[in-house]
Amino acid sequence: MIDMLDQTATTISRTPVVEILSAEKIFANGVRGLDPIQLSIRPGEFISLIGPSGCGKSTLLKLIANLIEPTDGKMLWWRGDFSKVGTIGRQLAFVFQDPTLMPWSKVDANVRLPLDLAGMPKAEARQRAEAALAHVGLTQAAKRYPRQLSGGMRMRVSIARALVTNPDLLLMDEPFGALDEFTRNKLDEDLVNLCFERNLTNVFVTHSIYEAIFLSTRIIVMAANPGRIFAEYIVDEPMPRNDNFRRSDRFGDMCRELSALLSDASLASLKP
Amino acid sequence: MTPLAQRPWFGKVMAPLAVGVIIVITWQWACTAFEVPRYLFPKPTDIADSLATNWRPLFGSLWSTLYVTFLAFGLSVTIGTAIAFMFVQSKLIELSLLPYAVLLQVTPIAAVAPLIIILVKDTTTALTLCATVIAIFPIISNTTIGLRSVDPGLAAYFRMNKAGRWATLWRLRIPGALPFFLAGLRISSGLSLVGAVVAEFIAGTGGTSAGLAYQIMQASFQLDIPQMFAALFLITLTGVLLFAAMVKLQQILLGHWHESAMEAER
Repeated sequence: MIDMLDQTATTISRTPVVEILSAEKIFANGVRGLDPIQLSIRPGEFISLIGPSGCGKSTLLKLIANLIEPTDGKMLWWRGDFSKVGTIGRQLAFVFQDPTLMPWSKVDANVRLPLDLAGMPKAEARQRAEAALAHVGLTQAAKRYPRQLSGGMRMRVSIARALVTNPDLLLMDEPFGALDEFTRNKLDEDLVNLCFERNLTNVFVTHSIYEAIFLSTRIIVMAANPGRIFAEYIVDEPMPRNDNFRRSDRFGDMCRELSALLSDASLASLKP
Repeated sequence: MTPLAQRPWFGKVMAPLAVGVIIVITWQWACTAFEVPRYLFPKPTDIADSLATNWRPLFGSLWSTLYVTFLAFGLSVTIGTAIAFMFVQSKLIELSLLPYAVLLQVTPIAAVAPLIIILVKDTTTALTLCATVIAIFPIISNTTIGLRSVDPGLAAYFRMNKAGRWATLWRLRIPGALPFFLAGLRISSGLSLVGAVVAEFIAGTGGTSAGLAYQIMQASFQLDIPQMFAALFLITLTGVLLFAAMVKLQQILLGHWHESAMEAER
């Protein structure tokens, strides 16, 4: 009995979180957003999407979030269709470019929002919101309003709101793009270690080479015209990660290599 | 200890009060010094005197003006908000009704009031109707704009979380519309009073006696200028109190999160 349970657990953990099977996207105006994409995302992976503008990285993220549907091809979540997403073990959360908090609600109420919308009992929701806030180091700010917080703190609230649903898959669309470098480095470090501790799968859109290297286990380099996967880059560095990694020669080498790949991708993106 | 002049209440209360006192003293002094007759321009003491001697008819009229004002204000808020919700629910309803709401707004109340007063038998009903017609428009337009101006990012978030119509309305649209609604409330409260007084004037010329406006007319026929001032004073006081109440309401509901009601930050 115990063996069987264990076996099931292992099978689930080995199941790809997302499989993109020749999914392509052609927009209503006829523009080719994405050529057929072939990608399998395994549990616990931290994947960054990077590439010149127009390469379809946000489109790919939206496909994974099921915010848009592929024109052709197929998408699978945990080997099933999207209707099963949202059940236990198959939770998905999305973090936008902006914090998108409700200015009229205090921080804790903002964090609780997805649970409230799902109709969870108040006491349980409150408890989980507290835990999520503690995770991002904002316990002190629970009773403050978003406008009383700095940009970095607001983004933390937004991340806490994503964590409160205990997601298995976290999708982030350039969440730290608007922040200064110090704040961004700190949040990057917190995020990558949090994902490691919880065995969270993350797909992260970014413009920053340093951020991509620091966070990812695998980087998808994309090219434009039409949007497609240009190359993959594996970051073979153990978790958890900290400033030592950022200061290491290895880190510098990887940044150079990725930078070269990105230059090639930019060249390949020029219109024929 | 902070110096008296730097405390927050000092600037807000004492400064305007001091100006008021100076004006009243100068007024009193000028009327006495130049021997202005009280039937041309009364002294503040004459007005206070008139208020004291005629308090019974004056306060009776104040009550009837207040009654009409609040009734019209309440009707404007309830009906106006309901119409705004209807507008937001369906574009077709808005397109078909909005021209008529505008029609109500652009027609001067003084032009329509005589008609309403003739058509509607009961005086209070007629006056309330007149005041409502002009007080309702700011509520409709502001609330409609407020309900529409939802943060697109938050709206997307609610959609992603499969939030229902009610949850979206209650947690997103209504709080988002509140600043606009309250701005409308502020304008509407003042217009309710204006509408009530204008309607009373028109009803008064037709021989129907009601409200402070009628007191002013009566006093002017009898050249009782101090009483005119006394009635005017009561109307102004009502307006100021209404305005102050709306500001307070705005502060209570929005003070902690919306820029429109926040104290300046140091």
